[in-house]
Amino acid sequence: MKVLEGRKKQVFRKGETPFEIDCEKQSLAGSVSQRACVFCGSRVVLYPIADAVHLVHGPAGCAAYTWDIRGALSSGPELHRLSFTTDLREQEVIHGGESKLYQGLIQLIDRYHPKAAFVYGTCIVGVIGDDVEAVCKKVSALKGIPVIPVHSEGFKGTKKDGYKAACTALMRLIGRGRTEGISKYSVNILGDYNLAGEIWIIKDYYRRMGVEVVAGITGDGRVEEIERAHGAALNLVQCSGSMNYLAQLMKEKYGIPSLQVSYFGFEDMAEALYGVARHFNDAEMMKRTQELVRDEIQAIYPKLLEYRKALAGKKAAIYVGGAFKAFSLVKALRLLGMDVAVVGSQTGSKQDYQLLKELCDEGTIIVDDSNPLELSHFIREKNVSLFIGGVKERPIAYKLGIGFCDHNHERKVALAGFVGMLNFAEEVYQSVMSPVWQFIPRPKQSVPMGGVQDEYSRTANP
Amino acid sequence: MNIRELPTREVTINACKLCNPLGASLVFRGIEGAVPLLHGSQGCATYIRRYLISHFKEPIDIASSNFSESSTIFGGGPKLKQALKNVIDQYQPTFIGIATTCLSETIGDDLQLILDEFNREYQAPGKPLLVTVSTPSYQGSHIDGFHDTVRAVIEQVATGGPKKNMVSIFPGMVSAADLRLLKEVLTDFGLDFLVLPDYSETMDGGMWDTYQKIAPGGASVDKIRAAGRSKAVIQLGRTVRKQQNAAEYLKERFGVESYQLGLPVGIRETDRLMQTLAVITGNDIPQKYQEERGRLIDAYVDAHKYLFGKKAAIYGEPDLVLGIAIFLAEVGVVPVICATGARTGKLGDELRCLLPELEGEITVAEGIDFDDIRTLVERVQPDLLIGNSKGYPLSRQSGIPLIRVGFPIHDRIGGQRILHLGYRGTQHLFDQIVNELIRARQDRSPIGWSYM
Repeated sequence: MKVLEGRKKQVFRKGETPFEIDCEKQSLAGSVSQRACVFCGSRVVLYPIADAVHLVHGPAGCAAYTWDIRGALSSGPELHRLSFTTDLREQEVIHGGESKLYQGLIQLIDRYHPKAAFVYGTCIVGVIGDDVEAVCKKVSALKGIPVIPVHSEGFKGTKKDGYKAACTALMRLIGRGRTEGISKYSVNILGDYNLAGEIWIIKDYYRRMGVEVVAGITGDGRVEEIERAHGAALNLVQCSGSMNYLAQLMKEKYGIPSLQVSYFGFEDMAEALYGVARHFNDAEMMKRTQELVRDEIQAIYPKLLEYRKALAGKKAAIYVGGAFKAFSLVKALRLLGMDVAVVGSQTGSKQDYQLLKELCDEGTIIVDDSNPLELSHFIREKNVSLFIGGVKERPIAYKLGIGFCDHNHERKVALAGFVGMLNFAEEVYQSVMSPVWQFIPRPKQSVPMGGVQDEYSRTANP
Repeated sequence: MNIRELPTREVTINACKLCNPLGASLVFRGIEGAVPLLHGSQGCATYIRRYLISHFKEPIDIASSNFSESSTIFGGGPKLKQALKNVIDQYQPTFIGIATTCLSETIGDDLQLILDEFNREYQAPGKPLLVTVSTPSYQGSHIDGFHDTVRAVIEQVATGGPKKNMVSIFPGMVSAADLRLLKEVLTDFGLDFLVLPDYSETMDGGMWDTYQKIAPGGASVDKIRAAGRSKAVIQLGRTVRKQQNAAEYLKERFGVESYQLGLPVGIRETDRLMQTLAVITGNDIPQKYQEERGRLIDAYVDAHKYLFGKKAAIYGEPDLVLGIAIFLAEVGVVPVICATGARTGKLGDELRCLLPELEGEITVAEGIDFDDIRTLVERVQPDLLIGNSKGYPLSRQSGIPLIRVGFPIHDRIGGQRILHLGYRGTQHLFDQIVNELIRARQDRSPIGWSYM
């Protein structure tokens, strides 16, 4: 397989020197990137805010493809699971969609009484020139809730620019609420989207440490909590790709320091708790944290070792949205005794890939903004038993008869936290060890026509 | 027939439709050696891939010209040409299907002009066939994109000549299993045929030992070329408009004998297809189908008491809604709600014409969303919902069982293998529907009979 000329610098094999990888650039036309667009980036970040109306201003497709798209759970309202769109038709493309947007917002707010509304701009809005800002302002004044435009026109960059647009929109909420009574030991959780209830697991750990969580941004998100987020003492940033920018903005405006964390795998999960305890420099808290980590790990480690026995030495490939998740996955797989042979992300930065390189073994393929042809080639070349990715990578793995583990929006099992590591191990085990792979045609060991030949069929047909 | 007034809301809530380029992509995926290429933002291709993959559970590559801000201002020509080069370079396709999006349509990119330039600049041997279709998302919905693309392919590829012993059939947006059934029927009639599109294998194939850049299978370009020489052509789908109907084009352009039939669901509509094929070929309907038909009627009789007077709400692509409505009516189930997100302007007329006995009992709604369907369902309280998996929230909320048909099926395995067509497909639907009603009664019963 040949890597497209324009993409050669986005693939790196460890061992080659010097380290050089291109990233953070627009996808090559015609390359079948696994990325989506600016709108997608904004939509996934803001999506879990459950008591806001999310109105997609554009033709129906953009809203339809993102209806109930993530398993982001809410402990209360579920407005985020509805799909609202102005469903622009030809007439509005010619004459403008402002009036439809205005009427639509009024109708939605009257019917659902949301705490805020987000209006997502799509490609076409960027072209027909609707003054979305003005409409939002007018509705906001009339209805007395924040109505926030999200500048997410699809063509205006990459998914990462969509994250930025979402962060900019969030900054318009933050700072509106009162901050009295917030503990000096308090944090915001940035970049966890409460897939499969993961933020509840994490919040429970911090509560047991004696740390107040002011706002989940945006997992199980509520407008009023986000409006108070500037009262927190520390920002914890997971999913660096989407939320570093918000942390940076909050530091500039409110002086809140931030800590990079990850909740995947024992090592990173424990560090996410210790880091907070160290930051608050409270001996009691540190003691509670040590006990917590010990208790949690003790409860599941024996079971984990059983999985490790079966999985040790097997190879895996990772292709995920953000590079920070890839770090954790490399470590988590190592805990299971598995080797990572291919690792890549849609939106990693140069520093991310530098770190990945340091983390990985010789010969590992590191790739930015890959595509199905490359990925299928890499996983075959490295003969992996497991591929970790999202919904678009799953059929690539399955078609070639390789185990797959969904580490993306659609997962239904919590993978964060200590218990998440056990769930992860269980899922990896179930996929890698399944008996179905015996039927898969492999290039080298060809199976005779007519199916499997084993000792039973041989004795039956001597 | 009650034709429901269109909603007065300015927003669509939980759309019961998708956008044009999705239909186009699906058609292009049903052509041998083809790669679909969407001329627009990266997101369109990726979202549509994701949406199709969740239904078909197969790798689905759709390329994008990946607009940037400057392409939006200065035109997407350079990006499209670069995309074509890269797709040819990577995939070596024999066919590239290029569909526009709302973005490239709104800025007014002239596809033909860009392709003329490309053809002048790119002279390498083995250049694929390039077919274009206009699919702005702000017009129509995915089903329009689907029919428009079939028509565009035929218009741009089919040629005339002496007639051959071949039948062309445009099945509309049906499942991979339905396509296999249609091909089996045509084979059993002893016919050479074109089924366009044919994603029965490209979107529902077996395992690969090495990764296939383009999934094997699909309608061959040679066959598509020969379509103008068919002895007859059949467009399935009664709501397909004349200007979208590829069979109509073959009739006007090449004088091919043309038929427009409903999707063959139920006895009557399947009979019409079988009889048409018998007329075209001069052959009898094969014994196998007469036997399937016999078994189906036998099942109708065995189960008629469980069905009579029951009410169903059907939603989805207009021709599937129509086909299922006609089938339900023949077993005594009233299709009280026939709803589609598309706007064909024909669904009500067709129902009135085909089911005159149910005049006044059916509410027809076009251009509807799931929020409106819910309002109708709450009013009519049907015993069953029949449609794609996007009706699951409604089913869960209302407690009304959902029979999954059509596209998409995102919450179950095997959506691509659901058989709707022919006597066999009807049998499958029939058994499912009867058993669901029996299950509901059995579960409600305080005794829980272990016999029917």
